[in-house]
Amino acid sequence: MKKIKELLIEKLILICGLASIFFVLLIFLFLLKEGLAVFKTVSSFNFLFGKSWYPISEPPALGILPLIMGSLLVTLGAAIISIPIGVGCAIYIAEIAPLKIKEILKAGIELLAAIPSVVLGFIGMVTLVPLVKTVFHLPTGLTALSGAIMLAFMAMPTIVSIAEDALYSVPKTYKEGALALGATHWQAIWRVMLPAASSGIVAAVMLGIGRVIGETMAVMMITGNAAVMPNSILVPVRTLTATIAAEMGEAVVGAEHYFALFAVGIVLFVISFAINVTADLFLHKRQ
Amino acid sequence: MLKKLILMLAVVLFATSAFAAKDKNSVQVKGSDTMVNLGQAWAEKYMEKNAGDFIAVTGGGSGTGLSSLISGTCDIAMSSRNIKEKEVTLAKQKGIDPNEIKVALDGLAVVVNPANPVSKLTLVQLADIFTGRVTNWKELGGKDEKIVVLSREVNSGTHVYFKEHVLRKNDPNSKEEFVSSALMLSSSQAIADEVAGNSSAIGYYGMGYISNKQKPVSIAKDEKSEYEAPSIENVINDKYPISRPLFLYTNGAPEGLVKKFVDFTLSKEGQDTVLAIDFVPINK
Repeated sequence: MKKIKELLIEKLILICGLASIFFVLLIFLFLLKEGLAVFKTVSSFNFLFGKSWYPISEPPALGILPLIMGSLLVTLGAAIISIPIGVGCAIYIAEIAPLKIKEILKAGIELLAAIPSVVLGFIGMVTLVPLVKTVFHLPTGLTALSGAIMLAFMAMPTIVSIAEDALYSVPKTYKEGALALGATHWQAIWRVMLPAASSGIVAAVMLGIGRVIGETMAVMMITGNAAVMPNSILVPVRTLTATIAAEMGEAVVGAEHYFALFAVGIVLFVISFAINVTADLFLHKRQ
Repeated sequence: MLKKLILMLAVVLFATSAFAAKDKNSVQVKGSDTMVNLGQAWAEKYMEKNAGDFIAVTGGGSGTGLSSLISGTCDIAMSSRNIKEKEVTLAKQKGIDPNEIKVALDGLAVVVNPANPVSKLTLVQLADIFTGRVTNWKELGGKDEKIVVLSREVNSGTHVYFKEHVLRKNDPNSKEEFVSSALMLSSSQAIADEVAGNSSAIGYYGMGYISNKQKPVSIAKDEKSEYEAPSIENVINDKYPISRPLFLYTNGAPEGLVKKFVDFTLSKEGQDTVLAIDFVPINK
């Protein structure tokens, strides 16, 4: 009887394990099925490198280069802001902070991760957007920079907690050895701890970036959504995610526009898949 | 613990299945953001008089409403533009026969910040601004500031109407488009807020959204015509050049509760509501 129960539970868990892979596969197949249909009307080169996005015109212009550039620009900006702050914060928590401050900081960062993105977007819209407008003397504050700053807040919790883990799992003997050889605390961190934890930190950064590129609501609210090729970070941009979210309601099921949005979804999927695989490679290297 | 969980699951399943069952006393109305306030006012007044009937009104944009009608998830679609031929074909494939009912008129207001000295424009100037041929307020008699063009997202009937009637001047062969640097905002309220806070912005939306934080621009058909403000009289007298009909779409001729509700919107009380929400009634 006991054996049967064990076996049953074992199989049940196996099904759970397989289910997650199965669902991912189904989602991917559905994306492919719906998205690839757009290439009957537009060549893949014109789709990926076309510079104008007018999906509801006759005939529609379906070039997503401005959208890709928009997504990459916002992500790059967010990475530049969040990586130094995030890694710095992780070093402080793992190496320097006294226990009490460490606990408070960790709780605070978890709290930051718990803020819904629509709330961050709303706060950004009423505080950050007017500020960016006046500081840089711009015609409008709805720019890639505003999006990047807000998204940096979202990437930070991921980066801090994983990077801190990586630093924490470096054997204590490394640091003690460095200190015994006469290194200062900073030298030990910079020359020994960071290189030893580097693969974990890279993974942390990649996962943070993965979170940013898939973010939708906040960017839709504060980047202005103009599908124009960006020439600086101070202009409005339209991201891949915001395009899907804003236009899916209008797209008539089975029309070119609908297929094009799924194709945008494929592009997004490929980008974030690549980022996650890179992160995974670095995580495994560490182990 | 497990028993409790199963019980809870059963309750949830039961509740959702009860919800999904089509209620004969309820009508789903969906579509145009321009019309959502109007739709809600109608629904409230209607339900006051007909206790027991339930009208649910949601927005999302004209395109969203029409695609819901086509996919059978709503009974009435509100739309601030005519149904497209493509949508009709698709509806026919799914056995839906879209039936158009004109219920009100709307004047599209073009608004700027109150600090902007420009207060009147011709249709040609408007087209030049929104297609990006004119990029500085200086060229229109304003300050030396870059024009920030605001538009609704592509799921908006207002977007489509403005493109076809202002940018393309009713010419079906025209290829004019909104300038690609135009900011696409997701609601009329977002445009109202941005115009209120940005002295170089220009945007458009239904007359109902005008407040004292924005300045509606007077519009003339061409340089020789009079400049007219977006007001209810000017729309009724057909003097204001950018006004449009608002529609309800049903599947086939309305029947039962849908018919009762549509009739209500066209009744004197329904049309009074139209006026109260700052739209223009069709039954004068």
